[in-house]
Amino acid sequence: MTKTQMLLGAAGLAMIAGGAMADTSGKRIALSNNYAGNSWRQAMLQTFEEVGAQAVEAGVVGAADAYTTSENQATEQAAQLQNMILQGYDAIILNAASPTALNGAVEEACNAGVTVVSFDGIVTAPCAWRIAVDFKAMGKEQVEYLATRLPEGGNLLEIRGLAGVFVDDEIHAGIEEGVAENSQFEIVGSVHGDWAQDVAQKAVAGVLPSLPDVVGVVTQGGDGYGAAQAFKAAGRDTPLIVLGNRQDEMQWWADQRDANGYETLSLSIAPGVASLAFWVAQQILDGAEVPKDLTVPFLKVTQDTLDEALETTPEGSVANTVYSLDDAKAVISGAM
Amino acid sequence: MKLFAKYRILLPVVSLAVLLAATFYMQPRAMSYFGINLLFNLAVPIALATVAQMMIIMVNDIDLSLGAFVSLVACVTATFLNDSPMLGVLILLALVLCYAALGAVIHALDLPAIVVTLGMSFVWGGLALFILPSPGGASPGWLRTLMTVKPPYIPMAVCASVIIAVVTHLLVIRSGIGTVLRGVGGNARSVQRAGWPVVRLKALAYGLAGLFGVFAGMALVGLTTSADANIALRYTLLSIAGVILGGGEFTGGKVSPVGAVIGALTLTLAASFLSFLRLSPDWQIGAQGAILILVLTARLLFTRRDAQA
Repeated sequence: MTKTQMLLGAAGLAMIAGGAMADTSGKRIALSNNYAGNSWRQAMLQTFEEVGAQAVEAGVVGAADAYTTSENQATEQAAQLQNMILQGYDAIILNAASPTALNGAVEEACNAGVTVVSFDGIVTAPCAWRIAVDFKAMGKEQVEYLATRLPEGGNLLEIRGLAGVFVDDEIHAGIEEGVAENSQFEIVGSVHGDWAQDVAQKAVAGVLPSLPDVVGVVTQGGDGYGAAQAFKAAGRDTPLIVLGNRQDEMQWWADQRDANGYETLSLSIAPGVASLAFWVAQQILDGAEVPKDLTVPFLKVTQDTLDEALETTPEGSVANTVYSLDDAKAVISGAM
Repeated sequence: MKLFAKYRILLPVVSLAVLLAATFYMQPRAMSYFGINLLFNLAVPIALATVAQMMIIMVNDIDLSLGAFVSLVACVTATFLNDSPMLGVLILLALVLCYAALGAVIHALDLPAIVVTLGMSFVWGGLALFILPSPGGASPGWLRTLMTVKPPYIPMAVCASVIIAVVTHLLVIRSGIGTVLRGVGGNARSVQRAGWPVVRLKALAYGLAGLFGVFAGMALVGLTTSADANIALRYTLLSIAGVILGGGEFTGGKVSPVGAVIGALTLTLAASFLSFLRLSPDWQIGAQGAILILVLTARLLFTRRDAQA
């Protein structure tokens, strides 16, 4: 978390503390998490703990505790949710191991009067709130950005994620939609990079010899650096690669920019979405009218914000943003 | 302290009581109809799976495929049993028969059960993924009603545990066929020489395991309302731990159905207790293991002392 973000957060909290909303000061919010084994989840937990600690200190909520199951299993997380009901939490924010297998426990929570807000890994139980990422828009935006940079169009290479995962389907659908609307582009090749640089590099290197000139690469995050390396190894000009906020990608981008003025766009979901879920839960407890389905904006890094993003992102991690109460209110009113 | 050896069941009961008292002390809210049901309702499928595992351990084998099998049953329950009940029942029956056949094959060809069941776990897992490639399905309405029923005074989870314990106790300890089955685990050769068809007996034990595995999967779906191909993978180890915690032994023939059910409840409660303690997840698995070792050590100490006396 940067100093500015911290200051912003503190300012937000000061505003609340000064305001009339002390209704939730006795309420307790718990985070139910099913997995902590990668940098994205670590960043997510850290963000929640920082935001929660500040909110508790400012008296906005009574408690904000994070729980992670010892194993990434739906049955474990269901038991964890039931324990949270017993512990008397007023709201549970939930990154679920399964979209459906927790519905029974979620319903138990709702029946006990507990507010359940799921995010990232959402649940389908009707009584829960969902904060989902508009992955489709993320795919479409990439093509739209390319259209502004390359008005004459050309051939595109698409790098997809892990086959069979809902996120991959959504981003792909968005890219298809973007290409349909911008007919000057044509997707001439598509490979699966599995959101990993090494896999992406191998896959792109394998398909490159059979491809005509490629002007742009649309990606899903975690694969842009690998693609760039594959183009370099094949002795081709580096096309316009849309990146996904990983630190190694942004470092490569900065190096290219310094060397030859390379310009691109980077976008992905921020692990700080946990803080958004926290504020949404607080708003629901406060009595605010909140639609059940919310969409979280994705985090964009542009040419102007690259240096700042790179500075605040630890090596091997992902660019992050911490959402404030005002961000949550904006998301809620946007969904009304 | 001959008491503990004389009544094998005493130690599991004491462990559960101690843990329950500690949990109530930590979280007084749990000491209610609603609280007890929440603490134990997910233990019901685990108890059923533990009984299934007990049937296998009873005949001196071990089943490493139980978790995958329960997951498969959960997938069948959430899809076929819900959409076309007849077909669903037929598939579940076929699965029970598969288990029985497995028992017969293991005995007839003298295969190590640990290897065969490990292999079968991949078959069950693959089938589960085939039926439900992405999480989903829905619990049949009657099953959901059954698992969320609120009987007067005693929560569903407790009722179900008592019923499972009593039924399996009658079946395994009191009935004639149960005694013979335990005999197969204790000394298969004597049973054979006494004129019993051991192949059929083993098939029966495995079939019973399959039946209770099916019940476990159905109970799980009734609680979660939908399934996932990986929903019950943890049940393999949980069920083995439950049997041993409940006073069973790997040597075959020495099992306690009531103990197995209590063992399953204790394991579930241990996880909740550690979560109430706010122990970091990194330590939770280790702490769960420590509780297991503690109970087993206590048992060993008591049996040793009795042996000397």
